[in-house]
Amino acid sequence: MADGLAGTTLRINLKTGAIRRLPTDEALFRRWQGGRGVVAKLIYDEVPRDADPLGPKNIFIICAGVMSGAFIPAGSKVGFGSVSPLTNGHGDSNMGGHLGPALKFAGYDLVVFEDISPRPVYLYIDDDTVQLRDASKYWGMRSLACEKALKEDLGQDFEVATIGPAGENGVLFSCITHDFGRQAGRTGQGTVMGSKKLKAVCVRGSKSLRVHDLEALKKQVTGIMLRTQKHPNMEPWQKYGTAFFIQWSNQNAVIPAYNFQTTYYEDTSKIDGDQLVEKCLITHKACFGCWMNCGKYTRAVIPGKPEVHLEGPEYETGALCGSNLGMKDINHVAYLNWLLDDLGMDSMSGGGVIGFAMECFERGLITEADLEGHPLRWGSVDDVEHFLEMVASRRGIGDWFAQGSKRAARKIGRGSEKFAMQVKGQEMSGYDGRWAPGMLLSYMTADIGAHHNRSWTITVDMAEGRESVEGRAKIVVYLQHIRPLFDTWCICRLFWGELDVTPEEIVESLNHITGWGVSLEEVLRTSEMIWNLNRCHYLERNLADGRTFDYPPARSWEDKIPSGPGKGKGLSREQVEQMLDEYYAARGWDSRGNPTRAVLEDLGLADAADNLEKIGRLGEPIPGGIPKVRGEKYKPKAF
Amino acid sequence: MRIKVNGAKCSGCRLCLQICAIENYRDINPKKAALRIEARFPDPGRFQPYVCTQCGKCAEVCPEEAIHRSDNGAYLVDPARCNNCGVCVEACPVRVIFQHPDLGHVIICTFCMKCTELCNTGAIVKWERPAKPAKAAAAREAGV
Repeated sequence: MADGLAGTTLRINLKTGAIRRLPTDEALFRRWQGGRGVVAKLIYDEVPRDADPLGPKNIFIICAGVMSGAFIPAGSKVGFGSVSPLTNGHGDSNMGGHLGPALKFAGYDLVVFEDISPRPVYLYIDDDTVQLRDASKYWGMRSLACEKALKEDLGQDFEVATIGPAGENGVLFSCITHDFGRQAGRTGQGTVMGSKKLKAVCVRGSKSLRVHDLEALKKQVTGIMLRTQKHPNMEPWQKYGTAFFIQWSNQNAVIPAYNFQTTYYEDTSKIDGDQLVEKCLITHKACFGCWMNCGKYTRAVIPGKPEVHLEGPEYETGALCGSNLGMKDINHVAYLNWLLDDLGMDSMSGGGVIGFAMECFERGLITEADLEGHPLRWGSVDDVEHFLEMVASRRGIGDWFAQGSKRAARKIGRGSEKFAMQVKGQEMSGYDGRWAPGMLLSYMTADIGAHHNRSWTITVDMAEGRESVEGRAKIVVYLQHIRPLFDTWCICRLFWGELDVTPEEIVESLNHITGWGVSLEEVLRTSEMIWNLNRCHYLERNLADGRTFDYPPARSWEDKIPSGPGKGKGLSREQVEQMLDEYYAARGWDSRGNPTRAVLEDLGLADAADNLEKIGRLGEPIPGGIPKVRGEKYKPKAF
Repeated sequence: MRIKVNGAKCSGCRLCLQICAIENYRDINPKKAALRIEARFPDPGRFQPYVCTQCGKCAEVCPEEAIHRSDNGAYLVDPARCNNCGVCVEACPVRVIFQHPDLGHVIICTFCMKCTELCNTGAIVKWERPAKPAKAAAAREAGV
């Protein structure tokens, strides 16, 4: 068994029920650094390009990564992956909590599910006991109720991840829920679980995790934790978590309001971190091994509705289900957060889809008759609750929205594509990019669609000029290499940006854990390799030039920001094109957005270049050659 | 010196469990820690840490006389004498004595205090006894 790895990979055929135990391939983990890297490689190699993401040929992967479970700041994460039904490309999503460490302590690094089960099942792991068990009793349950029931049936010390009715019913932005409030929300991983009739994963582990140099790791990590206990950001972070940034985003004109119509929300003080702590907080709640405890376990109290408990709203949900929907009470935002969690939908894509539907309603593109006699007004939690029930069960036009805002806009037509705020089918995170060009470019080019965790540049945009786009692409490229590394290692990245723990320190920890002796430059190169492989995968599945997929909705350049500190600001179409040109050049891709053989071979991906050539999408050689170093470091500030 | 817990401040991160096993068993394995955290979710939504209160019950019931009080006040187990019978595990009023398949003896808090160093919320802290309260009151004070 290699240091840092638990040692065993499970291959589970859901159709036959066969469970194979294989030694974990250390070379695979070393080359791809675990987590999303291993996911990217496996789905690229194993899923046929014409396979339906919700069909038997897609695989569903759980990967705990090399650092999850180890003594490392917030070594809590677990990665999920498959071809995304939402984007039809590489899909991965990760979550904190305790599942990843439990998987490692039970002895497993990687679980690969193949095919589709003929009946609902859940995966049961108790150290060496691995079983697919009948889940007919749990099928149909909402996510949180299902987790509670499974823990009562199996034992409170099991770590449980579930899907809700949305995942069972094929809502394309369904999430995986764990620990009563942690989600792997993006790219529809819960949908893939549902398509495979896999209701839940339950894990308990008691084994030890061997690392290369425990004494060195202990000394280093203890030093980091004691040092950062005194960091000035620690106190607000512990108190508010990411909800702290609701006010910041509003003040800096990036918060989405009323479906990204504007970037100023007049009622921010009703939904911000102070309101959350004052009105909703039950207890602070941390992921495994994290001393920042940004999770806020809360209650939502609304007269006439049952009191509900949830984790959040964090910033993203607070923005996308708060200001983006015109909500004027933190209890309402929290209630919607709970509802989306419990139904099993990503609260980010969920907030985006609801906002899109609300604007459609406001413009008369959908009506009360379409909504079973109900309106869908800004700020109405009751309207949203009814709408979400239609979506989760795919009733009536709920079925359109269940497929995400991009597909819903195609059904609705009449210009609605302009304000379906998504890229590649995935709804935008909680930042408007019109006055933050690097952020917009980050959404446009992210390998899983418009998600902020690949690259977040707002402080860079503020420092470098919010109306200029020059030079931003190189920084986005660098961030797209460094930020996803944390998802690759399956650790949280928040302490990097917030507490000034450096990437070099994390790589030192990685070497104490694995003994690999790698440098930051080497792992950044691995990250670039993952990025390029995912780009090739996207082109091979979607069969057009990359550039055609990289445009945001036209609101991003047609509409200037109408109110607040960003009033009158916005980008032009020419600036959007310029950013793409600079971005492709910085990556060593051609102007059509297709990777070139030179860059792919430089990264050891000659096979991918051959595959692109076969479909006629290999980039044209770059006159003067590709840049030797792709991306440019900027002093990062991360969320 | 004792360890005092405040459940209302605990965020359930388990760093205390991690460092406990590392310090005492040179092992990354929270199941080898000599304290536990009960997570009461979804309702009411609270974590409750449990730590050794030095009540001495384990030493009283040990049929092998393998548990003795050390100079720092901790009840330490003598691995050579402990036969892992589990009598102390059952007798511990706060259930913070554990067994693990890797070990031939029970796991008991050594009062190394590492858990208090890494706890960043004030849920588990070092506590100096101010005067000399009655034993039962001390156990209550220790937050169990």
